[in-house]
Amino acid sequence: MSRAKDVRHPGLRLGEGHPDVAADAEEMNFGFWVFLMSDAIVFALLFATYARMVSSVAGGLGPEALFDLKSITIETAALLASSFTFGMASLALKYARSPRPLVKWLCVTLLLAAVFLGFELHDFAHMIAMGAGPSRSGFASAFFALVPLHGLHVLAGCVWAIALMAQIAIHGIDKEVKLGVQRLGLFWHFLDIVWVVIFTVVYLGGLA
Amino acid sequence: MTLHHLLLGRLDLHALPFWTMIEHPTHETIVNGTITTAAAGLEVLAAIVVIALVTRAGKWRYLWSEWLTSVDHKRIGIMYIALSFVMMSRALIEAALMRTQQAFGLGGGFLSPEHFGELFSTHGTIMIFFMAMPFLTGVINFAMPLQIGTRDVSFPVMNSVSLGLTTAGAMMIVISLALGKFSTGGWSGYPPFTEAAFNAGVGPDYWIWAVTLSSLGTMMSGINFAVTIYKRRAPGMTFMRMPLFTWTALCTAILMIFAMPPLTVATAMLALDRYLDFHFFTNGSGGNMMNYANLFWLFGHPEVYILILPAFGVYSEIFSTFSGKLLYGYTSLVLATMAIAVISFAVWLHHFFTMGQNASVNAAFGIATMLVGIPTGVKIYDWILTMFRGRVRFTVPIVYGLGFMMLFVLGGLSGILLANPTLDYQVHNTLFLVAHFHNMLIPGLLFGMLAAYHYWFPKAFGFRLDERWGMISAVSWIVGFMLAFFPLYVIGAMGFPRRTVAYFDPVYRPWMLIALAGAAVVLVALASLFVQLFVSIRRREALAVPAGDPWDGSNLEWAIAAPAPEYNFSVIPDVSDRNPFMIAKQKGDAYQTPAEFQDITMPKNSPLGMALAVAGGALAFGLVWHIWWLVALSCLGVLVAIVGQGFARDCEKVIPAAEVRRQHEAWLRTVAASRAVPRDLEGEPANTGLAARDRFSQAAE
Repeated sequence: MSRAKDVRHPGLRLGEGHPDVAADAEEMNFGFWVFLMSDAIVFALLFATYARMVSSVAGGLGPEALFDLKSITIETAALLASSFTFGMASLALKYARSPRPLVKWLCVTLLLAAVFLGFELHDFAHMIAMGAGPSRSGFASAFFALVPLHGLHVLAGCVWAIALMAQIAIHGIDKEVKLGVQRLGLFWHFLDIVWVVIFTVVYLGGLA
Repeated sequence: MTLHHLLLGRLDLHALPFWTMIEHPTHETIVNGTITTAAAGLEVLAAIVVIALVTRAGKWRYLWSEWLTSVDHKRIGIMYIALSFVMMSRALIEAALMRTQQAFGLGGGFLSPEHFGELFSTHGTIMIFFMAMPFLTGVINFAMPLQIGTRDVSFPVMNSVSLGLTTAGAMMIVISLALGKFSTGGWSGYPPFTEAAFNAGVGPDYWIWAVTLSSLGTMMSGINFAVTIYKRRAPGMTFMRMPLFTWTALCTAILMIFAMPPLTVATAMLALDRYLDFHFFTNGSGGNMMNYANLFWLFGHPEVYILILPAFGVYSEIFSTFSGKLLYGYTSLVLATMAIAVISFAVWLHHFFTMGQNASVNAAFGIATMLVGIPTGVKIYDWILTMFRGRVRFTVPIVYGLGFMMLFVLGGLSGILLANPTLDYQVHNTLFLVAHFHNMLIPGLLFGMLAAYHYWFPKAFGFRLDERWGMISAVSWIVGFMLAFFPLYVIGAMGFPRRTVAYFDPVYRPWMLIALAGAAVVLVALASLFVQLFVSIRRREALAVPAGDPWDGSNLEWAIAAPAPEYNFSVIPDVSDRNPFMIAKQKGDAYQTPAEFQDITMPKNSPLGMALAVAGGALAFGLVWHIWWLVALSCLGVLVAIVGQGFARDCEKVIPAAEVRRQHEAWLRTVAASRAVPRDLEGEPANTGLAARDRFSQAAE
């Protein structure tokens, strides 16, 4: 085949030690980037909606009364740390000879994600308890569409990570697992970026 | 919560189309109930007949393994187009029913306002999401990989999932005829009318989930097409060597990737409002329906170009092929296509000029809208100059093309009128607008797709379509369209509001009667299409074109046998210029045996598309009727199917080189035995797909 020998796609490339993925990595990763662009539009629209509706509190409580910066700081720290640990998992995939380091870092990532999701759920429960559930106002609706959608994405990422570990248990680290870990990595870092924007626009913007 | 609610949600006998007329027999309920019951009965009958026929022929296994689970882009494309024809038949009958109602609507007519509302809502939703979109997705699926010289799309299984989700969405609308009522909120489903406060029934829910399933499928198609074109072109096929249809497919794919998410977001927010009492678009509690208008048309306007660009690509192919000339102004056509794709994101506000923006905002969007006319005009001139001094053959695609060119320009002119906000204030929400967008979509999109159907059919099935019935259909479409929609311009300018069931001023009536005649002619056009298909299948021996090049084409899809082999190309071609096959024919390099054959790896069939179609359809049905156990079960099904797919290994099969060689050599023997026909005999049985080189042949340079 006269197709380009070098695999070209943005992000961490597995390089020469992994000839098995060379044929598919470019197309798969590029395709996933394209999907992320589409997903980014979804979030962009929800941010726009939130910005438009943040003042539509309809006589209810607004951001400054509802957000708890301490909990949000913990969430942010956990999620940013999980992006780092996923980076370690990607490096383990690229360099390690055995599956152990990869699985170990995936587990640490999952743990951090669980911390993030736990505190986030606690936040939501707190808001609902204060009478600011999604049906309270336009603001609450916009909040509960944007932030939990990010949380659902994180949850989906966790399911994906668990499924990949199950695949490793059955098939070992084969081509499909490698491609899967690469794409989950893109997904995970993308969610981190979205969270940074949520943290800035929703939480810091709301408390400022 | 009773057991009935637990098992069936809010589904009960009232969902049956004839129940109201039994409970409350009045003149109105009986007329409307009878019409709906007959239509639903016809649908059920058709389903039973199809099932019986397949069973009697013993073809279930064949259907499952060769079609439903196939991931071959050509077969998926064909299934998309079949879906499109089925849905088009229903939506056209609905259109004829609406024309009949309005023709006799002076002082009342026979349809109830709710029934009329359901008709225009299903008609619009079907025509956009389940006729036009599947048709163009099918054509791109079929033709684009062949044009760029690859064996399949980048993600074949996802392609099958796209088809599955689109079909599941279409099934929601099909089911809504027999169980419950469809939305009366039009194809755009504006809240607050579609909010639970005003429309608590199942109608808007059917609409929401049908459209959501379709938009997810389309978004995946967009990703698939774009990645295929970026990554899978044959060696040597640079961007500026791609056939123009592939260029339009790329622009459409990019629009799909960016324009479908706003629709998904809009329908999801409306669903949250209806199901979980959110307040995005409600009247009170801080809701704001303008957000919906913006989100919906942020999708809706690029959607217009998703619909029209592939048709522009088809016209570029056929004007060149059937004029025996190379495409005039290739570069300007590429630039115009790209320009349209970019501007399409900057005009959405013209769909609601009258909804409260200030004059400056309206003016900006009005000017942006008029700008679209410039690249479109460039295209029209390019096509005219492509035909200029060519030897134009009046085949069916060219007739569609000429009808398009004249009628589309008229529609464009009425569009320029509407782009002016001051004029828009006068005619917005009237039948003038209805006439305008039908004028763009029927001669623009539909004629293009029907031309594509005629043009590529031989490549799909190995025989041409009957020209005579094709011509009858094409002429009926053109005449029927003019009769049905030109009167609406007049009535609209006279102030007749769209979506109105009845009227009280007799001045409209003569025009309505002419439009009714037009609708009848359009039904003849549709019937002729089916007759054409039937006749062509009967005459398939006489119409066969096994050598593969019935129209003296210039791109790679014509360089292979008809029907195209599963793997498309025995050897992936090397491309050195535009119009590679035309150049090869001119140099005498076509129809060669490659130096060596290699094993070909192809993806195996996958049931994932069908699994997600069933699970997605069941999920939507459960949500519509509040059958929560079904919702939970199908969510689980979706999860298991997607996660399970990750565990699949060994998803490829190998076609041995010897088999490829055998098929290739058999095809070359057919070519050698074929008589090369000049273009005069193109429509005759003598045309077996080998084109003669003569002084009228296209020159490649």
